[in-house]
Amino acid sequence: MPQFLNIARIALINLRRDRFALALSFLLPIIFFAVFAMIYSGHGATTPKISIIVVDQDHSQASGQLVQALKNEDSLRVATGPEVSKENPAPADYDAVSAEAAVKSGEVPVALIIPTGYGLHPISFGPGQPATQIELLNDSSDQIAPQMVNGLLQKAGMTSMPSTMAQQGMDLTGKYIGGFTPDQQKRVDAQIASLNLSLANPASTSRPESSSGAGIIQVHSRAVVGENKPNPMIAFYAAAFGVMFLLWTSSGAAGSLLDEAESGTLDRVLSSRVSMGTLLAGKMSFAVVLAFAQLTVMFVFAWLVYHVDLPNHISGFLVMGLCTSFAVAAFGMLLASICRSRAQLGALSTMVIMSMSAIGGSMFPRYFMPKAMQTAGLFTINGWAIDGFTKVFWRDMPVSALWPQVAVLVSTGVVLFLIARRIARRWDYA
Amino acid sequence: MLYDCPNAPNLRSPPIAASANPVPPPHPAPLLVSGLVKRFGSVTAVDNISFELRSGECLGLLGPNGAGKSTLIRSIVGRVAPDAGTVTVFGAPAASPAACAAIGWVPQELALYPRLTAAENLQAFGRYSGLSGQPLSEAVSWCLNWSGLEDRADAPARTLSGGMKRRLNMAAGLIHQPRLVLMDEPTVGVDPQSRNRIFEMIEALRNRGMTIIYTTHYMEEAERLADRIAIVDHGRIIALDTHQALIQACFPASAQVIARFSVASPALSVWTTTHGGSLKDSTAEFAIDHPTDLARLLESSAAAGLELEDLALRRPNLESVFLHLTGRELRD
Repeated sequence: MPQFLNIARIALINLRRDRFALALSFLLPIIFFAVFAMIYSGHGATTPKISIIVVDQDHSQASGQLVQALKNEDSLRVATGPEVSKENPAPADYDAVSAEAAVKSGEVPVALIIPTGYGLHPISFGPGQPATQIELLNDSSDQIAPQMVNGLLQKAGMTSMPSTMAQQGMDLTGKYIGGFTPDQQKRVDAQIASLNLSLANPASTSRPESSSGAGIIQVHSRAVVGENKPNPMIAFYAAAFGVMFLLWTSSGAAGSLLDEAESGTLDRVLSSRVSMGTLLAGKMSFAVVLAFAQLTVMFVFAWLVYHVDLPNHISGFLVMGLCTSFAVAAFGMLLASICRSRAQLGALSTMVIMSMSAIGGSMFPRYFMPKAMQTAGLFTINGWAIDGFTKVFWRDMPVSALWPQVAVLVSTGVVLFLIARRIARRWDYA
Repeated sequence: MLYDCPNAPNLRSPPIAASANPVPPPHPAPLLVSGLVKRFGSVTAVDNISFELRSGECLGLLGPNGAGKSTLIRSIVGRVAPDAGTVTVFGAPAASPAACAAIGWVPQELALYPRLTAAENLQAFGRYSGLSGQPLSEAVSWCLNWSGLEDRADAPARTLSGGMKRRLNMAAGLIHQPRLVLMDEPTVGVDPQSRNRIFEMIEALRNRGMTIIYTTHYMEEAERLADRIAIVDHGRIIALDTHQALIQACFPASAQVIARFSVASPALSVWTTTHGGSLKDSTAEFAIDHPTDLARLLESSAAAGLELEDLALRRPNLESVFLHLTGRELRD
């Protein structure tokens, strides 16, 4: 047998004998494919929806038609008031203040405020025409949502207010060509009434295939979050990538457990006064310190190079950094205790970390994902850690606002560590 | 095979009487193993082993690979939970804090931190055993001196030679100055020079009166180092006594004659039996008390028309004892 075949044969035997690693080497690509397919395809053919809040301060026919048109858009999830809950069975509609607060808290990426008087001049065909501006409040960490909403707003303007457009067109015609005859005016009025009637009965109205002529509704955009931040997405990515690499680091650090088990060092240590629990706690302490140091270096780099405002968020960074490091360190201990070899750890950590990172928002923001995947992200360390760091660095929230993230990350860390300790009982005695 | 030896030594420890008095004796034995059994699935690695170690003695556990020596050692250390039987170390149950503190274990594997220096390894294992400050520094110095690694104290363990790693592995087991040292084949994979250095280290411990168990499958090591030797095979101690007593028990004669003939024949078989020997293939083996008996054998074989090819005269050793007791070579 040629030597290269012999070498290949030995490698094959090694892989075959490590059945877990063998299974993962085939499962891994399938699982990844499934995860990314779910994220991109949205579990079906539905387009990810953008959640927006609309505040109608005008309550005119035009504003009502616009709101309704926005609600009809497949790609928007329009809310005019908070969801009904047991605690709040009849919530009041959003107003300008509560809508802005919702954007600031990250509840929605965009809010539209339709001001009083909008119905007088809902659309405009060009400069010099009177028009009332709709205010678009957005979170500048999301660069796409406001542009999509603006575009859909123009489409809604084109399709939802045919009578208004016709009326305005007739007004302009009358202004520039000297008015209509009474008979012509009568027909125009009848046509506009017909348009209003057809709008009231949507089933008889065919939707246009496409829209054009954006800009008939005047919009004033205002970033209510991140307006003055020099690099809008850097803080997000520092957290997002930071957490993902923390998971790798912790997994690697915990892997020393497997090395020591293989070399016999673990046996020797456990034959001394050191218990398995103490050993795991020691390994985890190191992993926490290492992970926190890694996060610190990353954020200091982001501060120095990209001017992320670290000095003014030290307390939030410390809280989130330590909680995140604790959770990922426990996660690493769990992985190491489950696996029987470095090969298994490598395969399993690749699968779990990449999946968690994709679902949890480390690779791209969760608000781009379908609702189901956004919810799934809440079952990942990445999701909670990124949410917490975003609160600190993006939304400038106080440390007290971090309690949900702190509670989840710390309790996750404790639970994972306890599970790891239980699984590690196999090293206690033969 | 245990009892086919005509003067088989008493292998069993005195029966351990169930005492109504739970107070341990004033000077409990360094090690008391009673009815120890450990099974791994269908394999019985340790099969009802009992023995007692005397204070200050070096007991050699001699047996082939897979005989159960390491499992026995790991049971004593507390790293293997026995299926039956008990182990007490200076009166304390195995794996108890007192037993852990009393035992120094040198595992067969190089259980070291490869990236830590020799001194750092010793410090790490010293701290695991509860040492700190000045006592730790003194223990590290003593271990480095004992293992002859003072000049390599700052070298990472992975850069040390095989023999040095073995010595460091031993030193790490003694860093907390244990009263009972268990060495599991500490000379595996080292060259003769390093092996001699390790023997000197062990002899230095013996001179200090330390109680030692030393496992090996090299009879020369057991002969050189051990006060008593336990021969282990298939998870059982099949003989336990001093070197001389074991040989005397199995070979009352002073020498062995091994005669290899050209062909195995019925005549050879008859002749061998007539002279009280044993035959395997075409090789006959005899025990003789005086060298003059050799001439008588040679004359007799010539008279029987047997064609002698090779002749050897040797004194029985542990290899002979093992072969005699088990019917197999020690390194089978």
